[in-house]
Amino acid sequence: MSKLIRVLIAKPGLDGHDRGAKMIARALRDAGMEVIYTGLRQTPEQIVAAAIQEDVDAIGMSILSGAHNHLFPKVIKLLKEQNASDILVIGGGVIPEDDIPELLEAGVGAIFTPGTLTSDIIKYLRENVQ
Amino acid sequence: MFDQEKLTKLSEEAKNWEEKVLNKSLSKAPESRELFTTGSGDEINRLYTPEDISDLDFMEEIGFPGQYPYTRGYQPTMYRGRLWTMRMYAGFSTAEESNKRYKYLVEQGSTGLSVAFDLPTQIGYDSDHDLAEGEVGKVGVAIDSLADMEILFDGIMLDKVSTSMTINAPASVLLAMYIAVAEKQGVSADKLRGTIQNDILKEYIARGTYIFPTEPSMRLITDIFEYCSKEVPQWNTISISGYHIREAGSTAAQEVGFTLADGIAYVEAAIKAGLDVDSFAPRLSFFFNAHNDLLEEVAKFRAARRLWAKIMKNRFGAKKPQSLMLKFHTQTGGSTLTAQQPENNIVRVAIQTLAAVLGGTQSLHTNSKDEALALPTEDSVRVALRTQQIVAHESGVTNTVDPLAGSYYVEAKTKEIEDKAMEYINKIDEIGGAPRAIDAGYIQQEITDAAYKYQMDVEKGDVIVVGMNKYRIEEASPKGLLRVDPIVGEMQKQKLRDLKAKRDNDAVATKLEALRKACEGTENVMPLIVDAVKEYATLGEICGVMREVFGEYQQNVML
Amino acid sequence: MELIEKMLNGDKRACARLISSVENNSNEAEDIIKTIYPHTGKAHVIGITGPPGAGKSTLTDKLVKLLRKKDLRVGIIAVDPTSPYTGGAILGDRIRMNDLALDPGVFIRSMGTRGYLGGLAKATRNTVKILDAFGCDVVIIETVGVGQSEVDIVKAADTVVMVMVPGLGDDIQSIKAGVMEIGDIFAVNKSDILGAQRTATEINMMLDLSQNLERRPPVVMVTASQNQNIDKLLEEIEKHYIYMKENDILEKRRKLNIKRELVELVEEELRKYVIKETENKGEMESVTLSLYTKETDPFTIRDILLSKIK
Repeated sequence: MSKLIRVLIAKPGLDGHDRGAKMIARALRDAGMEVIYTGLRQTPEQIVAAAIQEDVDAIGMSILSGAHNHLFPKVIKLLKEQNASDILVIGGGVIPEDDIPELLEAGVGAIFTPGTLTSDIIKYLRENVQ
Repeated sequence: MFDQEKLTKLSEEAKNWEEKVLNKSLSKAPESRELFTTGSGDEINRLYTPEDISDLDFMEEIGFPGQYPYTRGYQPTMYRGRLWTMRMYAGFSTAEESNKRYKYLVEQGSTGLSVAFDLPTQIGYDSDHDLAEGEVGKVGVAIDSLADMEILFDGIMLDKVSTSMTINAPASVLLAMYIAVAEKQGVSADKLRGTIQNDILKEYIARGTYIFPTEPSMRLITDIFEYCSKEVPQWNTISISGYHIREAGSTAAQEVGFTLADGIAYVEAAIKAGLDVDSFAPRLSFFFNAHNDLLEEVAKFRAARRLWAKIMKNRFGAKKPQSLMLKFHTQTGGSTLTAQQPENNIVRVAIQTLAAVLGGTQSLHTNSKDEALALPTEDSVRVALRTQQIVAHESGVTNTVDPLAGSYYVEAKTKEIEDKAMEYINKIDEIGGAPRAIDAGYIQQEITDAAYKYQMDVEKGDVIVVGMNKYRIEEASPKGLLRVDPIVGEMQKQKLRDLKAKRDNDAVATKLEALRKACEGTENVMPLIVDAVKEYATLGEICGVMREVFGEYQQNVML
Repeated sequence: MELIEKMLNGDKRACARLISSVENNSNEAEDIIKTIYPHTGKAHVIGITGPPGAGKSTLTDKLVKLLRKKDLRVGIIAVDPTSPYTGGAILGDRIRMNDLALDPGVFIRSMGTRGYLGGLAKATRNTVKILDAFGCDVVIIETVGVGQSEVDIVKAADTVVMVMVPGLGDDIQSIKAGVMEIGDIFAVNKSDILGAQRTATEINMMLDLSQNLERRPPVVMVTASQNQNIDKLLEEIEKHYIYMKENDILEKRRKLNIKRELVELVEEELRKYVIKETENKGEMESVTLSLYTKETDPFTIRDILLSKIK
């Protein structure tokens, strides 16, 4: 049997729109993954601490408020500082196309914009989690 | 509603038609699907006839506009008298930038202002708070103190506009600032017109910008009801919102059921606080979503109006006609917009505009085509506003009141949504009212289940979203999106430093201490908040005092 | 092993990795437990259980904050059910413990009930051992009190807190049947809700009727969301621990648990062995047939199979 994939789903920042995050959490569960859901208003520090204690394979973050350029790179930086760069980071939400190259450059594995099928995210995780 | 003899005859004719006409047609060309459903996933019949509405009593259920049960609208002449208020939700960056956008909108024919605040403001943090990092000025304007509010409405006389403010947990503070700005303009509070959203229950359910636990939050709301009934009598003290419940993925019937259940909770809280129902009920207003299923949405608005009138009359014994009228603002459905082929969104918004207008809305915000990608640009906001103007002046639907009344389908659907909504309200009553049902996670669970079902239907292709899961094209990334300069955060921080150096800090401390005492006791907090903002106490300081006394809400997530 | 060394020195990442190893029953799992075993047995293990929606996570959150004020290091194992259809799970207990995430003296681990080969109880027990060796003074296991596997988990605790809430209707009656006996302390949560006093009275009456109790469990009324009476609850937990130590009951209980664990381990190996023996040689089919045709009887076959081990 293949290894059970563990994913942390978090809402960083102050944005309260969690429909997307909840849909992804359910879809990943239904795809046989273990999802650790941490709820709203998470700081990057909290997200990284949770990811490390839970020994997850990936962190999925959703932001619709436009704060992604600040929050995503901060999580990546903290993971690096705590020797946990092997944890895959993916993001979603209202994120302009122009911002994506910079986020990928910073170390985000993939950005999923509105209209993405959950099956595509599941496929991506299965292919990219070591 | 119909003559029994004629109905019997009709029933026979219907059977005849089925056997002779329909079945013949079906055997030659079957229908494209086995099951036809509304946007909310409810089954729709092939055909509706007088039989489907035979048990509706015209006077009791449909009636005349401006008359109980207000199914057909709350004014007798509706848009023949006055069009709805075209109110575009806007706000971003600093108060200076937003002020410019408001002036532009007024020049373009907008008839009411609608202020969007950034997330730190909505959650009661100043721009220099740790959690505000990266969020300042992003989804709305940053307001830290009365100084920002003065700039926001600079050159806009507050007795000439009606202003809607999307603010909930700290609604009392922003309203106090608005009153203070008016006073400086020489406008007394009784001349002010507008709305604060002030609906904390749906924040717990769907929107997420809560601060305090349920009990003190409900107290703040009833304090506002009481204060405004005396001091700001033309102000709509709450906008009970189904919009965000629908955005979170609910069905149309859930939108009505859960929103009215929230409304019931506010009325009960105010009555419990000793207020007379007719003293505050006329100032309650509602806020709904408009989705793509045109006829289902029209039925939804009509059902909501009728059900609320019945509840206010029968459950609460309200006497004033104004207490029974459900008046509502509408926003087109943000979650229906696609990031793919954004031009298609203009068409969606046009359909949704028609739904709102045919449903009898009092005011309307139309979304811009680029909102699945970023904040809207000035150009796309103009197209969205023009969409309303085209429906108002060219479509002809405004020329008669409630034109879809009497449609067998629309009337049957109106009844169906009303009944389903009532079932939800009964279930919530069983649990012990909306706050308890939220605490138990019931409402959230129902919404999440509906949202997940819809998502899976889209992924299976059972629901078609044009340009997204069908008719996709390769497209270049859109250009010219609005960006908020990250420097805004720094600018706000500097303003705060300057303010704190300039104001009378002893006076601020005294006013905050007085507010703390009031929070600990039972006295109405509104006058003390007004006092504090006038001394330029910041939003974060005022909410900070309340956080210390009231504590913070713990979210109940249902997955 | 390098990870163990790091973990013993307080590295959270290493600790988390080791937990994954024992949770997945990996090849290294046994070696890990062998190495850390001498470092275990120091922590006070508290089981917190009760029906869904009783507010266990919120209660745990508040309890841990008090423990932290006493400068105790705390490990939390939050168990949530795995979907039997998909094998996936949503583990959401952290939502109510977000304040604790950054506390250096707290380690939170969410676990799905999964379809564990070696049993859920084994995975949790081994996770407790790692957190114990990691230096946690208190390890809390939080789990839904339904089903035998969950009951097995909390049996491994030194002190079991049963969380109840008013408004669950007949649930107290049904819980009584299987789970009631394992509670050392009863907490009636959401005591601000109408009916809380009645729930407490019902529990008290039931406890009064129970015979064979070494120590009559106290019933504490709390409101976790408002942080009310959590100090009282903690006091009762501490009293229980002291009582156990002073009366040698702790030693007895732990020895009992050790025996239980040992029997389970042997059982597991035996089961594996017998299945392998019989299935590899196609023997299962012929044995089954001979039993079906009544040529022989199950006890004779059992003795034959067991004799092969010796």
